[in-house]
Amino acid sequence: MPAEQPLIELRGVKKIYGSGDTEVAALAGIDLAVRDGEFVAVMGPSGSGKSTCMNILGCLDAPTDGHYYFRGADVGSMTREQRALLRRHYIGFVFQGFNLLKRTTALENLELPLIYRGVPSAERRRLGLETLAQVGLADRWHHTAAELSGGQQQRVAIARALVSSPSVVFADEPTGNLDSAKSHEIMQLLKSLNAERGLTIVLVTHEEEVASYAGRQVRFHDGLIASDTGVPR
Amino acid sequence: MIWNAFLLALREIRNNLLRAGLTTLGIVIGVSAVILMVTLGAGANQKVTGEFASLGNNLLVLLPGQPNGPPTATVPFDIAVVEKIQREIPNLADVIPEVAVQGVIVNGNHNHNTQIDGTTNAYMHSRNWNLVAGREFSPAEMLAGKSVCILGETDRRELFGDQVPIGARIRINKISCEVIGILEPKGVSTFGQDMDELVLMPLKAVQRKIAGNTEINVIRISVDNQEDIPHAKDMIQRLMREIRHIIPGQVDDFDVEDLQEVTQIVQSATLILTAFLSAVAAVSLLVGGIGIMNIMLVSVTERTREIGIRLAIGARERDVLLQFLIEAVVMSALGGVLGVLIGLGGSAAIAAALKIPFVFQPAIVFIAVGFSAIVGVAFGFFPARRAARLDPIEALRHE
Repeated sequence: MPAEQPLIELRGVKKIYGSGDTEVAALAGIDLAVRDGEFVAVMGPSGSGKSTCMNILGCLDAPTDGHYYFRGADVGSMTREQRALLRRHYIGFVFQGFNLLKRTTALENLELPLIYRGVPSAERRRLGLETLAQVGLADRWHHTAAELSGGQQQRVAIARALVSSPSVVFADEPTGNLDSAKSHEIMQLLKSLNAERGLTIVLVTHEEEVASYAGRQVRFHDGLIASDTGVPR
Repeated sequence: MIWNAFLLALREIRNNLLRAGLTTLGIVIGVSAVILMVTLGAGANQKVTGEFASLGNNLLVLLPGQPNGPPTATVPFDIAVVEKIQREIPNLADVIPEVAVQGVIVNGNHNHNTQIDGTTNAYMHSRNWNLVAGREFSPAEMLAGKSVCILGETDRRELFGDQVPIGARIRINKISCEVIGILEPKGVSTFGQDMDELVLMPLKAVQRKIAGNTEINVIRISVDNQEDIPHAKDMIQRLMREIRHIIPGQVDDFDVEDLQEVTQIVQSATLILTAFLSAVAAVSLLVGGIGIMNIMLVSVTERTREIGIRLAIGARERDVLLQFLIEAVVMSALGGVLGVLIGLGGSAAIAAALKIPFVFQPAIVFIAVGFSAIVGVAFGFFPARRAARLDPIEALRHE
């Protein structure tokens, strides 16, 4: 086996909510590794722990037990601030509810992560417009999120996740609020970003059809991994 | 980092003008209400105090008759009494005789009912009245009781409209009289009397030509120093009993009033007024503060999700806090400045409309602005800190 370091590695990760009799294990001990350039779909029924796992992977939440290594660094031992900086520089998010700033223009939404990264104004604008063009919304840069359709909002959200050139993009039910035609468009977009730019994507979904766009499917059941198609060779 | 936070704060304000406007409005109302209350209160206070001062400084008023106790004959005074007081009682600034009659003044086909006071120049001095035109009575006019007069503003307007009639002749009752001066307008007194409806003439002129006798209705005595008032009052009382041959045990048929007593009552009344206005100001400040607090709490709670988004895409807790702090400071500062402008402008306008002086009080401006700014910033900052300390995922779930 090549000693290539995985981008993401979970070892015996547990997440337990409540305590004593009311204790619920959302994750009962997960081992998972994702390498650069993979497109992984995490699947499972609701309550299977897939979203909890995603939040931990995205450094939005911390595991109760076990270890999470991001490029070999132990996220569990990091402070809140260090995790914020990890998100800032290496992680992009796409949410089911888009989570754009509603009264803010598409371009300004894209500039947000760049402002936090300290990118200068002219560069921000250039990167923002360029990324909007990649998701096919070059002519919509001055529209506020509230003025865009659901599909367009999700494209802006994807562009926002991409604009800071992250190591990995986490997408949590990105098609959950969209009809099937729009879902297809969004999934095609993600697939081509993975194929053409080598973008690492971890996708959470409960729909087989959506998951089929990914190169690897990992199924969760009751807080454990039930099956994993593995890295295609 | 500061500059970026500034940029984010200003964008957030620009993109949410309604919310920012309401927050600023809360501060504007708080600040301007307090400034209005206190400034107008101080103006009213000054006006009342000023009117009592214009009644005369360190003044004793000698009136015939006895207002308290059993009725006595009301025997008027004469010039001999005035001269005797002047001669025998030390430390007096002025002894001012006054005879007041009602009469009709006429210029051509204009006529007006007014009070006519026969007195001396000292009458005007003791009440701090100035002339806007003309001159006071000359010693010769006083001595001879010449028919000259000084008009109050209302009487001047009634007879002459827009003119300044120095040298004009008017008729007072049956006699002809030359106008030599115009009194400055004094407005309506606290007691509702038009203080400009007055004609002043030399004492002797009113006595001889209008009243037809040598009586004096009122003697005003102004004392050099305030401390001498009780002593002077006592001496005048004894002198008058002597002049009028009042035997021990018999009540006075005259009365010496001490305006100092009245002034003290007024001063304690204004103290109460000031305390009341301070209470009103404190309440306005509190109400304004609660208003600011509410809108801040609501807007930050509403923005928990936005905070979640910011945290998810790479903001640290302190990036969010700095941005919210700057937003709160910008809105508080803007609201404070607008509140001061509206408060002072409004006070000036209302003071002019109510004819009370505009009393600028820098202290209350600082207190109002400082308090509102502290409330605005504190209640913008602490809820934001609470939200920024949430796990990003919890903040994102917030609807």
